Amino acid sequence: MTATAQPSASSSTDRIEKKFTVSAPRSRVWRAISDSQEFGTWFRMRLDGPFVAGKQMTGNITHPGYEHVKVDMRVERIQPESYFSYKWHPYAIDTNSDYSKEPMTLVEFMLDEVKDGTAVTIIESGFDRVPLARRAEAFRMNEKGWEGQAKNLAKHVEA
Amino acid sequence: MSRRSAAALKVNEAVPVFAALADPTRLRLIGRLAKDGPLSITSLSESEPVTRQAITRHLETLGQAGLVRDTRLGRERVFELDLKRLEKARQYLDVISAQWDDAAARLKAFVEEHP
Repeated sequence: MTATAQPSASSSTDRIEKKFTVSAPRSRVWRAISDSQEFGTWFRMRLDGPFVAGKQMTGNITHPGYEHVKVDMRVERIQPESYFSYKWHPYAIDTNSDYSKEPMTLVEFMLDEVKDGTAVTIIESGFDRVPLARRAEAFRMNEKGWEGQAKNLAKHVEA
Repeated sequence: MSRRSAAALKVNEAVPVFAALADPTRLRLIGRLAKDGPLSITSLSESEPVTRQAITRHLETLGQAGLVRDTRLGRERVFELDLKRLEKARQYLDVISAQWDDAAARLKAFVEEHP
């Protein structure tokens, strides 16, 4: 693990952490994360250029039903094969809202070589700064999202 | 499917909590109760520009969402935070967390299927 993670002093409501192992060499996983085209494929977002540290970028969500959503992000740090981070507005899917003045969360990807592949750690932190009203909105919207997901699933299993 | 249904149920439960919090006066009231402990309607009204009746209504909204509870102390109603319900605000993270689970699964499938 690199020493670049946020200090653990943050509260339990401030961060999300995901850790998992993939059966692929670290260089392969690094490409899937650091190459903006590859990133966009699995993340379901079309990005307007390559990832460069400090660069402001715009992405277009390609996830069905969310194609109208644009994502503003700023690349923070790139450390080849081990660390990639960017900042964005979490769950900013209401196109009528101006999120630009709201606090951003930090998303970090960390890669480590393990016996049968690569350990991936994803951390999103800074949620405590997101206004409560905005968090409420994420709930309302996600309810609709879940309805859609349930329908997709039903279609899939019935086919 | 079962994980999603369970999560969706939790979301339904949390919506009234957030709806009650999505108001600047009510958020300030929560803030004061968190900082200064149990307070009477009189002292809660002092720092707010709206009427005592309006404050009472706001406190009742917070009470219905299970965020505060009140007791009578002589002729005064004293309100205090119900911290257990406030913890539901945490469930916002469950929403984003589930999205990261999906994204992680897609990343894993992507690198394993495209060597």
